Amino acid sequence: MAKSRSELGQIITGVARDPLGLMGLIIVGTIVFCAIFAYWIVPFDPVGMNIKSRLQGPSWTHLLGTDQLGRDTFSRVIAGGQVALQVALPAVFGAMAIGLTLGMIAGYGPKWLDNLLMLLFDTIRSFPTVMFALAVVALVGPSLQTVVFVVMATSIPTYGRVARTQTLTLRNSEFILAERSMGASMTRILGVHMLPNIVGVLAVLAAMDIPTVIALEAGLSFLGLGVKPPTPSWGALLKDGYSLIRQTPWLVVGGGLPIILATLGFTFLGESLRDVVDPKLRKQR
Amino acid sequence: MTDTLLEIDRLSVDYETARGDLKALRDISFDIRKGEIVGIVGESGCGKSTLISSILRLTAPNTRFRQGEVRFKGQDLLQLPERKMRDLRGADISIVFQDPMQTHNPVLSIGQQMLDIQHRSKASKAEKRARAAQMLGAVGIPDPEARLDQFPHEFSGGMRQRIAIAMALMSEPDLLIADEPTTALDATLEVQIIERLQELQQEFNCAILFISHHLGVIAELCDRVVVMYAGAVVESGEVREIFHDPKHPYTRRLIDCDPGHIKERARVLPTIPGEVPDLANLPGGCIFRDRCDLATARCVEVPPLAKLKEGHHAACWLNHKEAAE
Repeated sequence: MAKSRSELGQIITGVARDPLGLMGLIIVGTIVFCAIFAYWIVPFDPVGMNIKSRLQGPSWTHLLGTDQLGRDTFSRVIAGGQVALQVALPAVFGAMAIGLTLGMIAGYGPKWLDNLLMLLFDTIRSFPTVMFALAVVALVGPSLQTVVFVVMATSIPTYGRVARTQTLTLRNSEFILAERSMGASMTRILGVHMLPNIVGVLAVLAAMDIPTVIALEAGLSFLGLGVKPPTPSWGALLKDGYSLIRQTPWLVVGGGLPIILATLGFTFLGESLRDVVDPKLRKQR
Repeated sequence: MTDTLLEIDRLSVDYETARGDLKALRDISFDIRKGEIVGIVGESGCGKSTLISSILRLTAPNTRFRQGEVRFKGQDLLQLPERKMRDLRGADISIVFQDPMQTHNPVLSIGQQMLDIQHRSKASKAEKRARAAQMLGAVGIPDPEARLDQFPHEFSGGMRQRIAIAMALMSEPDLLIADEPTTALDATLEVQIIERLQELQQEFNCAILFISHHLGVIAELCDRVVVMYAGAVVESGEVREIFHDPKHPYTRRLIDCDPGHIKERARVLPTIPGEVPDLANLPGGCIFRDRCDLATARCVEVPPLAKLKEGHHAACWLNHKEAAE
């Protein structure tokens, strides 16, 4: 185990050496830190109303002003980050795990199973995400779990397809033939030899996918299909701000800025991660 | 013959293609005794790779075994259930591939891979690691214990091939198949690898099936040699016999073409004129007929692989008077 930890250390050092990667690391680190310790950081209760101080501009008391119900926007942004990660992380990792499994089965298994899984992936992909989300929300009602489910279901095919392509390339490579001629079973080939070759690629994809998911969650909340009010969400903040943009522009900034920052941070991190993890690129270092 | 390890008996293998059946191997027969080094020579496309994958039963999906048997310790491998076959691979029979740059998993350290191929062993992780280090030492990797934690790309080609040999010999197999193990390496490394193989063969006393198109290496290393042409055995016998007194015109031409045998400086290296016949659409008679300068009217019939003397067979009508049938 000590071995793999030092490898993780190597990856982090590699990312930190790259200026963009370092920036991504700092932004993502800040977001994660704020999300974990949101309860202690927020200066006000993110759902606590205070009608007397509604629609205020930024001040030392309210760093990003207040909304139409007098809630502190800064506190809501911090708490919204928690919601964003609560949606993004399980959805992305769930989709990655399921997509990886199905993709490897499709790539290594018999042709008919491959065709069947590809048909399934294409069927899912052919639904517009928002339409699919509308349908699901209409059936079970808006909630955090619904958003997680919708996001996960719609991103499984992406991971599945990448995992399948990787598996197809790998299964014909000489080192897999070498493993087979050394008597390795199918599970050993898939689990020990192919998985580490595929998981790096998918991890990079996941890091780049997190901002998409955050934006999707914000979008769904903006449309009123995401988390239920008064739970603070960046999308909901944006929606409130949008309707009140003439009275106070601060709400839009409060809702928009974290989405932009999170997108940039995770994208930088993902791109840098791709360069560091890829063994073919690592060779040249 | 109890000391026969591998016996290939009248093996014919086809590939089903859109152009019809490609007759990759036809009526191949030869055997390998315990602890013996047998070389297979032949130009590209003569069926060497098909032969290896047939022995290991790791053939492409469009492969059809038409006739014959591959008997390993008396057991026909072609009839063995897949599970039994898998138990044999990497335990009793193992293989070293041609390109050392491609045979290792790029994302796992050498140690992880060497531990993984000991998956049949009940030994503890530390014991397996010690065994891996010992094997690396045996193939001449300096400081093996530390190098176990390195990744394949941190080794040179020659080292990687030595690691591949170490991995193949780890289970002390009875038969090691070496599929052109030195083709991808330069001449100095080739000599090193061959010497190392010879030493290890003495140490582990395994039989080696050595595939190469480098005649010099075959002459240096092997006890016996099988010459293949277009999917058939044209001549087989003791290395000394074959090299000093080749009885098949193809073998003779092959030796003449070997740069190591050319005494005078020549502007153009000698070649065998013509091309290997189309295996999907075989001409009748002797397969070498079109390229043979000694062909006679008799050659429209397929010559049998006839025994010329103990341990020397050739498939050519020219020897027929000599052949003691």
